[in-house]
Amino acid sequence: MHGREPAAAGASSPVAMGIARANPALAASRRGRRRSGAPFLLVVATTLVAGLVLLPILSVASSLFSPRTEVMAHLASTILPDLLANTGILVLVVGLGTSSIGVVSAWLVTQCRFPFSRAFVWLLLLPLAIPGYIIGYAYADFLAFAGPLQTSLRTLFGWTSPRDYWFPDVYNVWGVSVMLTMVLYPYVYLLARAAFLEQTANAFDASRALGHGPWSAFARVALPLARPAIAAGVALALMEALADFGTMQYYGVRTFTTAIYRTWFGMGDQTAAAQLATGLLVFVLVLIALELHARGAQRYTQVGRGARKSPAFRLRGWRAVLAFLACALPVVAGFVAPVLILIRLHLIGGDPFMSERFWRYAANSLTLAAFAAVLLVGVAILLAYATRLSRAKPLRALVRVSTIGYAVPGTVVAVGVLAPLGAFDNAVDGVFRETFGVSTGLLLSGTVVAVLFAYLVRFLAIAYGSVEAGFLKIPRTMDDAARMLGEKPGGVVAHVHAPLLRGSLITAALIVFVDVLKELPATLIVRPFNFDTLAVRVYQLASDERLAQAATGALAIVAVGIIPVLLLMRMIAKGEGAR
Amino acid sequence: MSNASHARRTLLLGTVLAAGLVGVPTLAAAQGELNLYSSRHYDTDEALYENFTEQTGITINRIEAGADELIERMIAEGANSPADVLLTVDAGRLERAQQAGLFQPVDSEVLEERVPDYLQDPENFWFGFSKRARVIMYACDRVENPPQTYEALADDEWEGRVLSRSSTNIYSQSLTGSILAALGPEATEEWARGLAENFAREPRGGDTDQIRAVAAGEGDLAISNTYYLGNLIRSENPEDRAVAEQICVVFPNQDGRGTHVNISGGGVAANAPNPEAAKLFLEYLASDSAQAYFAEGNSEYPVVEGVAAPEWIQTLGEFQEDDLSAETFAQNNADALMIMDRAGWK
Repeated sequence: MHGREPAAAGASSPVAMGIARANPALAASRRGRRRSGAPFLLVVATTLVAGLVLLPILSVASSLFSPRTEVMAHLASTILPDLLANTGILVLVVGLGTSSIGVVSAWLVTQCRFPFSRAFVWLLLLPLAIPGYIIGYAYADFLAFAGPLQTSLRTLFGWTSPRDYWFPDVYNVWGVSVMLTMVLYPYVYLLARAAFLEQTANAFDASRALGHGPWSAFARVALPLARPAIAAGVALALMEALADFGTMQYYGVRTFTTAIYRTWFGMGDQTAAAQLATGLLVFVLVLIALELHARGAQRYTQVGRGARKSPAFRLRGWRAVLAFLACALPVVAGFVAPVLILIRLHLIGGDPFMSERFWRYAANSLTLAAFAAVLLVGVAILLAYATRLSRAKPLRALVRVSTIGYAVPGTVVAVGVLAPLGAFDNAVDGVFRETFGVSTGLLLSGTVVAVLFAYLVRFLAIAYGSVEAGFLKIPRTMDDAARMLGEKPGGVVAHVHAPLLRGSLITAALIVFVDVLKELPATLIVRPFNFDTLAVRVYQLASDERLAQAATGALAIVAVGIIPVLLLMRMIAKGEGAR
Repeated sequence: MSNASHARRTLLLGTVLAAGLVGVPTLAAAQGELNLYSSRHYDTDEALYENFTEQTGITINRIEAGADELIERMIAEGANSPADVLLTVDAGRLERAQQAGLFQPVDSEVLEERVPDYLQDPENFWFGFSKRARVIMYACDRVENPPQTYEALADDEWEGRVLSRSSTNIYSQSLTGSILAALGPEATEEWARGLAENFAREPRGGDTDQIRAVAAGEGDLAISNTYYLGNLIRSENPEDRAVAEQICVVFPNQDGRGTHVNISGGGVAANAPNPEAAKLFLEYLASDSAQAYFAEGNSEYPVVEGVAAPEWIQTLGEFQEDDLSAETFAQNNADALMIMDRAGWK
């Protein structure tokens, strides 16, 4: 019923009057159309925030309107075919890989019991703590012709040259895609698991009672119910893969990101770079649109969430072995193996400065991550709630587009953030010089605020995706009931939604936190003077080609990243137990 | 090893302290701050900066990131940018910063006298402070007659045997830019195509990865800057030293224009809040003590005559440099990149 009433002009019941009073500006302005449902202030705040987040990307894209065709023609005739093929393969492999690993493992640990199934609940999350570029460096070192594995093989079998034997070549788009899949599947796992847990046993039991087997019930009921969450997870994985620069560059794989970098900095052509970036964004928007279209008008909400847990299937024999392997392999490939490789590198020649500086680096990393997590979750709630209430298509579209920063390479976001902040600071400085004769200098540029702004632009998709997926599962009838009982919109969020969203909010905060720990380009470029983080330290050593020394910092990022992952898993588990 | 490196460090410290004592009178004592945007990211530079602070009392605030990004940052910060000095690791970025109007000319007798003309901007917008030679490295035991020129790397003889990093990298662009200046666009494209056809594998990784691949036998020749070999030779890890022992070096084009040399250098920001400290800092970088740091710390070649290169570099021998001005090959970067694209050098 929400949003379907006529404008409350002629309403006579006290409840309806109350709703109309809460929202007079919109009720009056909409000339008898359906009530938007979103309070005016909320709409204004949402528009402002979404616009602010879009500003850096627009500032980069603005050079689109001064076209220089010869560089684009050059790109089209040389690297574009390669680039499109690689991007297609990347999307295909990462999309299929993360969704199958994430969904299968999430389903197994929530619905089945097999050896170590409880431990896998958190073990499966661990690859989240490994940055994409780190897994890339680790495997590149380990699997290289000159690396330990092939060297031992050669010694063992007496081979001398690469022509003597066959070894899989991982230094191409397929290899990179598989490696990124191994660290990106936790996005899908985390969101899918939360979705499966929030599903009531009733729907599943009903489908079983109606004659579906467990697999059929999974495919026909549980999977569709979890679809928004799974889609959000896959979208995050794909966007992060598309925005990756470090791994692609190191492996010599051409994607949009490396091409943007080459064109901008190598050829000094920002216009062609912006055109490439726009191509990348169109790619992502098409993906998002496809999923929304496929989801169609279906609404997946349910009542009485968590009323009763489904009994777990106890797996035995080969089924248990298969389930164990399905969960163990991703953990080994995405976490155990790279960490062991890093430990080996650390032991042969670790970072000489890390022991004395660790706390300073870690404190900076943790501070940024904590502030970013709070900021992003807050903004995500604002945007997700506004789109829940508002039926205005432009507003919904604006919010959707404002999360695009996650697919934009970090360097582009960072440079995009610098320009509007610098313009703002210099404008303020100009005004103060004119009127008061004092210089304010740079107020925001080069401060932690600027870094947080860059994170907001870059990571909003993560927070928003998780929070929105949580909102989608709350039936609108609950909002209506609360409003009729006299709650204001803010009260609905605080008293009705927040408790129901608890899992989604914690998930959002967790992923943002860990992602900020791993983030490199924006931190590097936008940060204040003398402000080093763990990731910055790893960059300094890796860019000096001291991989063994960089391994120490990489291990530190992993160690620092694991603590919040485990803590938050405990909080989620407690919440589940208390329900 | 650790004893040897300790002894070397002590020796270095002694040299630097002595040089510092001698150097102090030439640098006016000044209190204050210096804001440094640097794309140098070598741990050994920290001693270089600390030494400056000890001599002058000026503390250095640092941001280290890629030069392209630092340039974008300075552009965005505009007139209020806190940057005093921008340091880069290649001439191309210095040229780009100058064209973006980010530098101011520096009028310094010290710099004029100590930095050779071809390693500084004609209008004194930027100066080079250390040199890196891009050379051919080969497997000593497998290659009897290594190529003696960059041009020869494209010969059929080396098909499937050459290792190089990607054309996205600025060192590849600067080398190709210098060849473009020498041979012209058509011959350069032909050369780049021949070279790309000779690659033992698709370009990936950094210079050190190419050196390791030669030692392991994946290819026979690698294009690399000298100091990466220096870092392996001086590594505390025996595996690294074993790699370095298998590598020999050719300084290309000794009978012609000479070996391509790039610079690490810097300039004073156009809107520098502390221009005096900035000038002092550049002069310090050209001092004997700082030049010794470049050489000993990161195995780079000093630009100032009379400062000795470290021992291991001296074992490579003297060589003739291509004295093409850094400004010229830097300006060729974009064209070089397009040529490499067309030639299939990834």
